[in-house]
Amino acid sequence: MTFFLQLVISGFALGMVYALIAIGFVIIFKCSKAFNIAQGHFVMLGGYIGFTFLVTFGLPIWAALLLAIAVAIIMGLFIERLTLRPLVGQPILAVIMMTIALATVFEGLATLIWGGEYKTYHGVLPTINIQLGDLSIPSETSIGLIVSIIVVTILMLFFRYTKSGLAMRATAEDEQVAQSAGIRVTTVYALSWVIACIVGVIGGIILGGVSGVMIPLANVGLKALAVILLGGLDSIGGAIVAGIILGVSENVAAGYLDPLLPGGGGLANVFPFIIILIVLIFRPHGLFGLAEIERI
Amino acid sequence: MALPSGIFNQSYGQDMAIVRTRTQWVILLVFLAFLFTCPIYFNDQWLTIITIIGITVISVHGLNILTGYCGQISLGHAGFMAVGGFASAVLSAKLGWSFWAALPAAALMAGMVGLIFGLPSLRVKGFYLILASVAAYFIIIWIIVQLYDVTGGIFGLAAPRPEIFGFVIKSKASWFYLVMIIACLATFFARNIIRTRVGRAFIAIRDNERAAEVMGINIWVYKLLAFFIGCVFAGVAGSLLVHYYAWATVDQFPFMDSIWYLGMLIVGGMGSTTGAILGAVSLKLLDELVIIVGPMLAETFPAIAAQAAASLGLMMHGLVIIVFLIFEPRGLVHRWHMIKAYYQLWPFSH
Repeated sequence: MTFFLQLVISGFALGMVYALIAIGFVIIFKCSKAFNIAQGHFVMLGGYIGFTFLVTFGLPIWAALLLAIAVAIIMGLFIERLTLRPLVGQPILAVIMMTIALATVFEGLATLIWGGEYKTYHGVLPTINIQLGDLSIPSETSIGLIVSIIVVTILMLFFRYTKSGLAMRATAEDEQVAQSAGIRVTTVYALSWVIACIVGVIGGIILGGVSGVMIPLANVGLKALAVILLGGLDSIGGAIVAGIILGVSENVAAGYLDPLLPGGGGLANVFPFIIILIVLIFRPHGLFGLAEIERI
Repeated sequence: MALPSGIFNQSYGQDMAIVRTRTQWVILLVFLAFLFTCPIYFNDQWLTIITIIGITVISVHGLNILTGYCGQISLGHAGFMAVGGFASAVLSAKLGWSFWAALPAAALMAGMVGLIFGLPSLRVKGFYLILASVAAYFIIIWIIVQLYDVTGGIFGLAAPRPEIFGFVIKSKASWFYLVMIIACLATFFARNIIRTRVGRAFIAIRDNERAAEVMGINIWVYKLLAFFIGCVFAGVAGSLLVHYYAWATVDQFPFMDSIWYLGMLIVGGMGSTTGAILGAVSLKLLDELVIIVGPMLAETFPAIAAQAAASLGLMMHGLVIIVFLIFEPRGLVHRWHMIKAYYQLWPFSH
């Protein structure tokens, strides 16, 4: 029983990482119908940027966070203006290949600047270790959960009560109607990329503080696609729920089934993709997503 | 395809001809003659590069039929190559089949697996289909690693050299000929499949699925057929790759390869046989350029020596695809047609 609970708890931590990536993806998809494969790379870059500000420059946490957000804003604006604006009206494959190409450029950049090494900065961020009988809940889980809930609350308030949030929701509903109502759709797109970058960078810094960052973290972005699909492409709350479901079930399945498999297991690497196939066959629009009706 | 100025098709035969004018025949024959005398001009290092390019061209032809013509985007192509490669290696190493029997069997096997993972395409499309193909890649590789007793897991297994009438294909030059003959055949088939009823059905499905269905095209059959044909090409390429290295491991089929194959289609031009070749050749040559330039860069900037070479390759690939997507989404082949139109119509361009 302890084994099972421990698996569940470490699965929770993994699920929070998935959820952080998935939220950024969902924001961009909601506003601009663009699929951002590079979201995992935003998180990775965020972790490395945090390392530069916190360790290399030795800045206090609030200054590092503010600077990192500033970097994220610039990064988001540049990405949207330079690479995605020219693709408006192009087929879906063009946008996806563009974000994949961006992802490889980021990976190259991270290798060039930070050497692609494992970086971590324990002790800089506050840690919350909770002990429940035999079980210890690592601070990844608690901090990740707290931050995700804060981020999602802020985003939901932003979408509901601010003018830009309203503009973003309108654009998500119907681009042309929004345009005719006087909303600058290009600004909304830029804003959505900026927000996704900020979410990714903050997530990266927190992840770097609790468990460290390295290049393969970006590949978690691929597995997070399963979360996005399960939660529904356009549901922010769904991203969190699905992140937790997937993280826990992946960990439990790997923990119990890996010893039984002949080739040494590694079920955790493939489990999200099995989920993808199952979801695609039975519920392509996810648990909380909007079913799409296709008209001729 | 536009004809040279002053030449008109006057019969059905002329209309259907791929190589239409005498000049085109001369160019084609000169090119083929040059291609098949390559071992005279190039050293072994270059022959290796050209052989790998040939294998890549075969694979990209398959992806071009699937993605460029039928519109079913696949990011799992390297996975289907792995199926072909491992099927061929297992058949020839463990069961003692000859390479000439193992190659078609491997191609068929890859095609069958392609059919299975093509099934989601009947229900979903666009981004969802891409996800299904990504899932297909990782599941295929995982299954190969799990079948430890058959495939040797992550260590892989030895793939024997092919043999023909007692002559073992081992030297670089003999491999070059084998791969080039198959690549030329693959190009010929790829070019001709598109001109048949099947190919026209693929294009109709790509352009508008509903309209194609209304016109009486059986979407089920033709989508699965596109997956089958595309994966057969991948299987042949995978089998050749494995026997060329004389060893089969999953590391020969990384996920990034599937992405680069799509990148090659974008650089070369989607939905064009010439484009597939141009894309494969240009991106592979870029790889070689990076291998040459990387160490030079590391010498110039010793501070970043270790990372420079590794990151340069990634960034170059990414930037090339970004540049093509923004400035020439129709690929190199479109540029080529424009150049051709210019000199064919010169001096009366309007």
